[in-house]
Amino acid sequence: MKTLKEVRCGQTVTIKKLHGEGAVKRRIMDMGMTKGVSVRVRKVAPLGDPIEITVRGYELSLRKADAQWIEVE
Amino acid sequence: MAVNIALAGNPNSGKTTLFNALTGSNQFVGNWPGVTVEKKEGKLKGTKEVMIVDLPGIYSLSPYTLEEVVARNYLLKDHPDAILNIVDGTNLERNLYLTTQLLELGIPVLVAINMADVMEKTGDQLNLVQLQKELNCPVVMISALKQTGIKEAAQQAVALANRSRIETAYGQFDERVEKTLERLAALLPQTIPAAQKRFYAIKLFERDRKILADLPEIPAAESIIASLESELEEDAESIITNERYLWISSMLERCYLRKKQSSLSVSDRIDLIVTNRWLALPIFIAVMALVYAVAMGNWSISIGTHGTEWTNDVLFGEIVPNAVDSLLNSLKVSSWLSGLIQDGIVAGVGAVLGFVPQMLVLFLLLCILEDIGYMARIAFIMDRIFRRFGLSGKSFIPMLVATGCGVPGIMASRTVEQDRDRKMTIMTTGFIPCGAKMPIIGLFAGALFENAWWVATSAYFIGVAAVILSGIILKKFRIFAGDPAPFVMELPAYHIPSLQNVLRGTWERGWSFIKRAGTVILVSSIVLWFLQGYGFVDGVFQSVEDNNHSLLALIGNTFAWVFYPIGWVGDMAWKATVATFTGLIAKEEVVNTFGVLYHYAGELSETGEEIWSLVQADFSGLTAYSFMIFNLLCAPCFAAMGAIRREMNNAKWTIGAIGYMCGFAYGISLIVYQLGGLLLKEVQFNFFTIVAIILLGGLLFLLFRPYREGKTLEIRIKTAKRD
Repeated sequence: MKTLKEVRCGQTVTIKKLHGEGAVKRRIMDMGMTKGVSVRVRKVAPLGDPIEITVRGYELSLRKADAQWIEVE
Repeated sequence: MAVNIALAGNPNSGKTTLFNALTGSNQFVGNWPGVTVEKKEGKLKGTKEVMIVDLPGIYSLSPYTLEEVVARNYLLKDHPDAILNIVDGTNLERNLYLTTQLLELGIPVLVAINMADVMEKTGDQLNLVQLQKELNCPVVMISALKQTGIKEAAQQAVALANRSRIETAYGQFDERVEKTLERLAALLPQTIPAAQKRFYAIKLFERDRKILADLPEIPAAESIIASLESELEEDAESIITNERYLWISSMLERCYLRKKQSSLSVSDRIDLIVTNRWLALPIFIAVMALVYAVAMGNWSISIGTHGTEWTNDVLFGEIVPNAVDSLLNSLKVSSWLSGLIQDGIVAGVGAVLGFVPQMLVLFLLLCILEDIGYMARIAFIMDRIFRRFGLSGKSFIPMLVATGCGVPGIMASRTVEQDRDRKMTIMTTGFIPCGAKMPIIGLFAGALFENAWWVATSAYFIGVAAVILSGIILKKFRIFAGDPAPFVMELPAYHIPSLQNVLRGTWERGWSFIKRAGTVILVSSIVLWFLQGYGFVDGVFQSVEDNNHSLLALIGNTFAWVFYPIGWVGDMAWKATVATFTGLIAKEEVVNTFGVLYHYAGELSETGEEIWSLVQADFSGLTAYSFMIFNLLCAPCFAAMGAIRREMNNAKWTIGAIGYMCGFAYGISLIVYQLGGLLLKEVQFNFFTIVAIILLGGLLFLLFRPYREGKTLEIRIKTAKRD
């Protein structure tokens, strides 16, 4: 299973499935990361975490710990 | 008739700018009942009866964040007459996600698309008429920053509030979902108004416990929910979120044309440098150094420090005391009253107000950084480091500020959004040695350690270590650990700061500090002045010249035993205790108090060189170090405690924070004195050696105990009392 955590900077992927539950999952989905949406990893913070992505036409940063709940292809 | 309009929108949608533009200076700032979320209300400019309530910036109406719960409780329970929903036009998809939820509340909604000017520039095209039809609610274009269209938007919202019929459309979801929602709506109690049926049906479907707690149990619902979940192979919350976004995408396809951006925007280009892998940290350090230099430093560019020096030396050193003096003389007031006013009130409040210029400069700079959009980048850059200690990337700023003064440091914790991180920041910021603690270090470094370089260095090291240890230990406790909300943050596009926002933000923070100086600090100054100036001489209560007879000395003697285990024994015990108490007024007082207690008549230099030999006779290196550690880490001065109280906005948390600091200070001093003493053969093995070993063991256990993020998130809010 490939997750958003492993996606290299500059790559574009499509969200396949969201894992996890409760607050974390809901928050991720509330921000627009739903099934079938394409996501581009724009930037990685200087210390390697968090990452910044483009989703639904805007920029969002999230931690790798949360990105690992997002299965992509 | 009074009209209430709720202003709702995403964070960074320009909501604050719009609120300021709509209300001008008619604002009331407070807190939402029972929580530390700031509540702002204001009268709409040019009206008498239209009240605008600024809701917290939110992305959704989920039950998972404090801000969202506060917002939806207000919308459901206080039922405003209309919602003015500000939507960032450059980020329509995600902003409309909140709109889809607001439309279900049975309250008239006006959608105001902000940043019309930016949209025009980038060439994005939005068909307003079509969007209006799709949402079935009025939509207007505004620019909060340029203040275009906002008056019309406000007028339209008022007109909407006065209309009796509510017309809203809901998202058209998948047929199967719609059917399920219909069946659930039919199960809802009759007391729910027709206009809110949709909202409650969705919440019932999502199994939103907070909403369902207010309803009678509906056992029939579960099987309906579960059957759709298994059919669609998703959980209920995900089904709804998916449907909302699908509706928004299809709607925007029909009315919105986003111009493809051919090249990088200006903001992107700035970010290429500012968040660059190699340059980000040096730039960050440079920016922070500049902020520090201008506000708190000791150079010619340090505007803040010059202002503070002037306030201390001239305003409260000469002008005010002289003016008060001549006033008191002309009124011929008795000497005790003039003593109270001069030495108690003017000196006490003056000492605190002296920080105001530094704070204003500092807050001004921080507000500019915030408004430009750099604060968000700081969190992005520093998050990785601070997260380990249960803090947030933004916690760096309060810590940095606290090396100058803890009060603005604690107040700067406002910029930390997440509740847990903010509380942790407030609790640990006071550990950083502030400017006023420097003389304490100077006194002992000089008297006992021949000014060895490692004394001052170790003081900073201990301060930073206290922050880190506390962070690691505290985040494992239930009360902090329960919050697994993911860190999601936007990096808003850079923009030129709005003068109005910056000045307003600076003034709000500065003023709240000045107000407190007039209350809490005023009272505590008077009390301490009294304790220091009065006492029993030969059994008669009177004003005392000799501090040794004061009530404060009495208290010092009474409580000195408390500090026995950390090595405050013999002659120095009560002096050290009294000095610690007076340190609560301001930490500078510690050295002054020693001066008084050692009967030094003249004016002491800052580090008290004149009494070094006397201190040397009373203290050993070890007891001096124990005293220093305790005073560096224990409860901060009254001004800082007041700041903690205000930022926590909760008595229990305030007491908890201060209690924790004192306990932590005591524990560390005990370990250092007892175990250090044993090693140096200064202290015999005794009962407290065992206590110290247990404490050290406990500390290490807490430090290395595995840490798990909680799975459930409990947000508790006291229900508002309504009269």
